[in-house]
Order: sequence, then structure tokens, then C-alpha cells
Amino acid sequence: MTTIVTSPASVAGLAAPEYDRPGYRLTVAEPLALDSGQSLAPYAIAYQTYGKLNADRSNAILICHALTGDQYVAEPHPLTGKPGWWDILAGPGKVLDTERYFLICTNVIGGCMGSTGPAELNPATGQPWNLSFPVITIGDMVRAQKRLIDALGIEQLFAVIGGSMGGMQVLQWAASYPERVFAAVPIATAARHSAQNIAFHEVGRQAIMADANWCNGDYLAKGLRPERGLAVARMAAHVTYLSEQALHRKFGRNLQNREALTFGFDADFQVENYLRHQGMTFVDRFDANSYLYITRACDYFDLAAEHGGVLANAFKDTKTRFCSISFTSDWLYPTSENRQIVHALNAAAANVSFVEVATDKGHDAFLLDEPEFHATLRGFLDGCAEHRGLIRR
Amino acid sequence: MSPDASTLVPGASGHPATPAPLREDLRIIGDMIQAGARVLDVGCGNGELLSYLARTKSVDGRGMELSQGGVNSCVRNGLSVIQGDADNDLHDYPSHAFDYIVLSQTLQATRNPREVLHHLVRIGRHAIVSIPNFGHWRMRARLLVEGRMPRTPSLPYRWYDTPNIHLCTILDFIDLCEEESIAVERSVTLDDLGRPYRLNPHGKLANLLAAQGLFLLRGRN
Repeated sequence: MTTIVTSPASVAGLAAPEYDRPGYRLTVAEPLALDSGQSLAPYAIAYQTYGKLNADRSNAILICHALTGDQYVAEPHPLTGKPGWWDILAGPGKVLDTERYFLICTNVIGGCMGSTGPAELNPATGQPWNLSFPVITIGDMVRAQKRLIDALGIEQLFAVIGGSMGGMQVLQWAASYPERVFAAVPIATAARHSAQNIAFHEVGRQAIMADANWCNGDYLAKGLRPERGLAVARMAAHVTYLSEQALHRKFGRNLQNREALTFGFDADFQVENYLRHQGMTFVDRFDANSYLYITRACDYFDLAAEHGGVLANAFKDTKTRFCSISFTSDWLYPTSENRQIVHALNAAAANVSFVEVATDKGHDAFLLDEPEFHATLRGFLDGCAEHRGLIRR
Repeated sequence: MSPDASTLVPGASGHPATPAPLREDLRIIGDMIQAGARVLDVGCGNGELLSYLARTKSVDGRGMELSQGGVNSCVRNGLSVIQGDADNDLHDYPSHAFDYIVLSQTLQATRNPREVLHHLVRIGRHAIVSIPNFGHWRMRARLLVEGRMPRTPSLPYRWYDTPNIHLCTILDFIDLCEEESIAVERSVTLDDLGRPYRLNPHGKLANLLAAQGLFLLRGRN
């Protein structure tokens, strides 16, 4: 890959002509060697950018999205019309200031918003990949992202930032390409997926596979979609993103548009109605097979295992500046998991900051208005920008 | 030791000058640290010392602080600080990871001061430790005359709510260093306001008059 680009306008030249969504798509012909031993070629990386890349290409921030996120960080989602998933943080004058930084977010491979994934056509057969798509890992996602960063001519990312599964990608970037990452911000994440988290993912996958419309993954050819299964998977997962306090504060035992219990299985409680709504809206924008593949990628993530079982070895001699952030009520990626990352970084004598933000909003706090979190991120980035010699425009 | 006026002037590194004067004992600690050194400040509070060292000595500074408020305010100000404490979070650091490791007015609040001390001289090529002196005449007088647990400006807590669970005198501390084969390379004793005394810091008079002791330590192996 020798394509050199200097601005989003010329980046647009990399977009495949048939791509009809906002943003860009890079098609890579060279095979991507996967952790499974298989390889993927050709493959596409859909991505979006905000802000301008500066002359020495030192102001790029790669944002890594979470399990069901995508590249639409700071603009209305093309399918749902909802604001970008990090609209609260990214934009002109915001913490991820698009007047200062060049923001890049890619749809992970295995995803369903334009990057190569199970719902895309397999060029060898002309049919959707479905379950013939190779199982991918966090490492594979990051390897694909690196091809894009190479293509954009960015030698070193100013920062790689992400929460949850995005945080895993951040850690993988810092471990695999330390010289390419000036600062790393893994948020509400873990260096390996816990047994409890694997268990929740398995519940979601089984819900999808139990849906008769799933058809062993071949639902696209039959014009079917396992919507009920995918919705149940989303409902179960959604509970893990919240906290007992947040659920109680929002819903308590309040009834949904009724005065009394109905003694039936309709959604009597507001919380039931809310979850059903979450499940139903999710299926409009997400592919069920993608959900299987991406949850699997999280489950397989164990950064220490790649480094002789010692997490600190993943960060040996790193010069990257780290800022790890966790949330008190996050029980999916609790502070203890984040602290393990910090301990490993200490053992590697890395430059690391660690902040635990007090909130009752659970894992989802990283997507919400949390002033303490935002102030921390802003302070860390400002400090790094100073060290990197990024001048405020 | 005499205050070095140049260290009170912010350096030319482009950092804005902070008007608040640095606590005297922190300034003396700062004077012990060489420019450009790698420094870990354990119990760094709001990052006063780290900011000062970054500003005036271009050190590569890191901090550890127990209070969430302290950590957050440090990170907001661009300092590299983690939440943690001396008892639990020193084990992970490799030996000689830092040129200096600072533990200011905190050793007496640790569960296992002896172990902490060993970690300090292991992780840092030098350790700078300051302690409140329980041998100070005010302490002795309050206990002797009034028969009450001493409370002073540097140790203001009541017996039932104090975090200071392992108090010692300057002589006790020097004894411990000797027993543990830790070299005391420099000692400074300070009065109530943090000003240095011109006394033999290892003498009985200093142990009576000084409100705190400050030591530059080095492991013997």
C-alpha cells in the first residue's frame, strides 16, 4: 500500500465507487493473515473521518468502536438517524476536538456497516459469506485497521481511544504496534474476556441460533432474518450495560401505561417495555451473523496469552502514554479488570494514568454525559498534545 | 540546606507559572532531585510536587494517590497519576524503574512500613522519605503533661480517626534504616513551618525539636 493522502477530500478517492453510505471504504487486495490461520482477501474497511489531518500527520486519533458500534461517531447514523454514538465527546470544541484532531473510526472487520463481514458477498462465490466467513479476532481487527492507517500515510497515531471492545482494540494496538501509538486510552475494558462475559455472549449467540429464521446462518438467501433471536440477544446484553441502581432509578417497578398488573405476559413493567424496544430497534441496524462473529472475537481476546501469560510483556519497553479509565458501577468490565491493565503497565514501567469515575450508570457510562470522565480525557489529551508538540489552532 | 532561588522561578519549558508557593518541605525534596530524572511520587495529592518538578526540572514524573479527587485533578492537569496506595500497588514495579521515588508524610499511614521501605529502595535508585517526628517536644509534652494523645498541626487527627497508624521518631526511623541495610545519604530536619534546622539530624536535640525528618535513601544492594 503506497497510496498517500493528505486530507479527507483525497481520502475520498480511496472509496469504492459502489459505496453509498457516508464516509469512505478502502479495498485491500493483499490477503489479511488471520489469527485462525486462514486469510482474507480481498477485504474492505469502511471508515469515517472528522477534522483535518495536519501537515506532518501527527494529529490523528483512531477511535475504536464497541461491540455493536460503527464508524458513525459524530454524525447522525445513516440507518437510524440517531446522533453519532460519541457525539457527546467528538466534534468542534469538544473533548475530541475536530478543530484540533483528525478523527478516524473504522467499522471493524466482521461488522455490518460496510467493512467485510459475514453479510457481505464472498467474491469467490458471489454469495454472502454467512458462516463461511472466517472467525476473526481483536488482533485481526487491529491488523486490518493498521492497513488503513498505512494507506493514509500516518506514521504514528496521536492517540488510539476506545471503550469496551474498543478498549481491547486499543490495548492490541499498543501491544502490536507500540511505535505507531503515541497515546492509548483503554476505557471500561479488560485485557481478557472474563468467564462471566463469555457466558453472557453465549446466551446471546444461543438466542440467535435458536431462532428458526436463522437457518444455520443462511437466512439472507432465504429472505429471512432471525430478528427475534437477535432482539433477545440484545435485550440480555443491554442489561449488562446498565447497573441495578440505574435500572431502579429509571424504571423502579413502575407499570407501563396501566394501573394494575394484568396477570399475563404482556410488558406490564416499564423496564420490560424498554428492553423490548431496545431489542426491536437493534435488529433494524445489525446483522445477526455479525453479532456471532464479533462476540466471538471478544471472547477469544486474551492479550497476556499472546505474551507468555504475562500481561506486562505485552507492553515491554513501551513509550506509549496510557490513560486507563473505569466506572464504579460497571460490572461488565469492572474496575478490577481495568486495574489489572494498570498493574501490568506499572510492571512494564510504562507511563500510565488511571482514573476510576464514580457513577451509577454502569458500563454504558463511557457513552454518556459523565463530566468527570470527560474532564479526565481532556486533561490527558491536552497533556499528551503538549508532549507531542501539537499546537492548538 | 539553603533554598535555591532559581528553583522558585518557573522554567522556560512553556508551562504556565503557578502562583501558589510550593510547600517548603516539597521544595526541599525538589532540590534533591536532578533535572530530567524519572520520578515516582507516592501519595502525590493534587500533584503539587510533580507539577513543580515538571515545570522546573523537566522530570519524567509519575504519581500514585489514594484519593479519587486527587487522582482526577492530577490527570486533568496532564500529570501521569494512578489511583493506588503504597501498601498494595508498589509490588508490580520493576527494580530501579525510577531514579527517585518520593514518599512524603505517608509512611506512617501504611500498614507495613518496613515492606514499603524495601519497595521504595528497590524501585527507586534513590528514595526520598519524609516522616512526622513523634519525638517532637510538643508530642512529648502533651502526653507527659496532659496525659492525652498528642495532636499537632502535622498530626491533627484524634486517636480514633487517625490514618497514622505507624508513628515513629526520627531516631526510630534511622534505626530501622540501619537494621534493614538502607543507606541514609542525606538527612534534613524541619521545624513546624517546614524550614530546615541547622542541627545534627541524627542527634537527640533534632529528635526533640524537629517536627519532621526528610531522608534521601539508597538500598545497599
